[in-house]
Amino acid sequence: MPINSDQDIVVARQKGRALATELGFPPGDATLIATAISELARNIVSYARKGHITLQKIDGLNREGLSVIASDQGPGITDIRQAMRDGFSTSGSLGMGLPGVRRLMDEFEIKSQPGRGTTVVVKKWKQ
Amino acid sequence: MEVPILKQGEVLIATFQAALSDADLNQLRSGLVQQVVRFRSRGVIVDVTAMDVLDSFASRTLREITHMIRLRGAETVIVGIQPEVAFAMVQLGLTLEGVATALDLEEGLAYLNQKFKKTN
Amino acid sequence: MAKRNGMSQETVTLNNRAGELARDEAPSELLRELVAHLRQNRTQLREEWVARISEARLLTAMTKEEIFAEATSVYDSYVEALETETFEALQAYARNLSERIIPRGVETHEVLGIVLLLRDVLARSLFAKYQTDFKKLNRILDAYEPAANRIQSTVAVGFVQERERVIRQQQEAIRELSTPVLQVRERLLILPIIGVIDPQRSRQLTEQLLRGIRTNRAKVVVIDITGVAAMDATVANHLVQTVEASRLLGANVIVTGLSPEIAQTLVTIGIDLGKMNTVGDLQGGIEQAERLLGYKVVALAEPS
Repeated sequence: MPINSDQDIVVARQKGRALATELGFPPGDATLIATAISELARNIVSYARKGHITLQKIDGLNREGLSVIASDQGPGITDIRQAMRDGFSTSGSLGMGLPGVRRLMDEFEIKSQPGRGTTVVVKKWKQ
Repeated sequence: MEVPILKQGEVLIATFQAALSDADLNQLRSGLVQQVVRFRSRGVIVDVTAMDVLDSFASRTLREITHMIRLRGAETVIVGIQPEVAFAMVQLGLTLEGVATALDLEEGLAYLNQKFKKTN
Repeated sequence: MAKRNGMSQETVTLNNRAGELARDEAPSELLRELVAHLRQNRTQLREEWVARISEARLLTAMTKEEIFAEATSVYDSYVEALETETFEALQAYARNLSERIIPRGVETHEVLGIVLLLRDVLARSLFAKYQTDFKKLNRILDAYEPAANRIQSTVAVGFVQERERVIRQQQEAIRELSTPVLQVRERLLILPIIGVIDPQRSRQLTEQLLRGIRTNRAKVVVIDITGVAAMDATVANHLVQTVEASRLLGANVIVTGLSPEIAQTLVTIGIDLGKMNTVGDLQGGIEQAERLLGYKVVALAEPS
């Protein structure tokens, strides 16, 4: 789904919670997932202005999960390692962004090219 | 989306609905501060019981509300944070430091009344 | 996955030999002959097997009658699996058997042991029957061995899987038991933590405490960690998060029972203890909690 405004952030996290609940995640996990989506969508709006979020059911060995792909063609991140450190932010408003999202989810992957954009893939597995 | 602000004696009560956008939150922040000035309120309760997600922006807004209202000489207390929401918030590193919290509306009122007694 | 591969390999072995055996009986025919032999001598072979089981002191948790009854079922399922070359029924039986005997303390080596013994008893009887015809004995064993291997692994895997399931269930139960959230006074909860805290338990503990705060409308929580032997950075961070999450619900947390060693560790790894309200022991913690709640405890009379 497209993420172009702060309204879309609300829609994205509501859809995320609905899918998590449908897949049988407990309410606590659904909240973690919805919160992570909210943060990822917010990063898109604040840094790249527009982008996409894709929610998917995923199958692993003996388990099911949910993946969130957040991608944009924004300015990208020059120093990923620095961006992943707690307390780092270039916009001054989102101090906790990415490291926090990593703590909310089970798996976290980020690819970014300066000038080309950023893609973050996060996954949560059902216990 | 309009956020209803209720005036009860010296206290203003703002009830957040689920699905507030950033713009709604910003509007609420300025609205609350104006009302505090207008009614010369001594306390503000922000009820977030219906919020199923409190992310970094919402947390920052709550902190800003508290600070701005403190500058107006009034106290703010955030009530109704759900257990799962609290768990997600601390995972994100959002602890609302320097902001008063209470279990629900009733507790929030009790907290403010105690504060008022001390300053009287 | 591995089990399935194992089976197809056995099938391949059987098929490869088929050309060589063409002038004699096909393997399936040999298996039929084998099955007929095992059916005919059921009573005798089964008794021999049961005798070997008690001789080897296996299944000591079960009575003679029980062993005999189970042995009969295992024997029949075994022969049926040989006959049909399908293992689903045996697998189901193995699981059902495990479910019944695991709570009585039957060990993995005993289950493996009795199936190995049955295999031995049957092989010996085949040796006795075909001792005069060595070529035929060889062909019979070629047909029997892969099937027996398969049966052996089916039973063993069934047992181990059931055991793992039971262990998982017990872990879950222990976890539930090990994080009691106790209300000692109105609005005051105590959470005594005992033993090892891993990330999963830590999360459960926090969720249980947060729910407890809500349902009991608690204002103060005493977390006692006297029973926690060691604490590393991860666990310490979880504890800090638990304290912070409780505060978001409007509850004050007092941490008690922090040993000097743990306190030293926390300071060394840079955990900010300033964020936590710590009191030496549980009693002191409860006293402080009562003061926070406005209780005043006085003795009614001098103790005699």
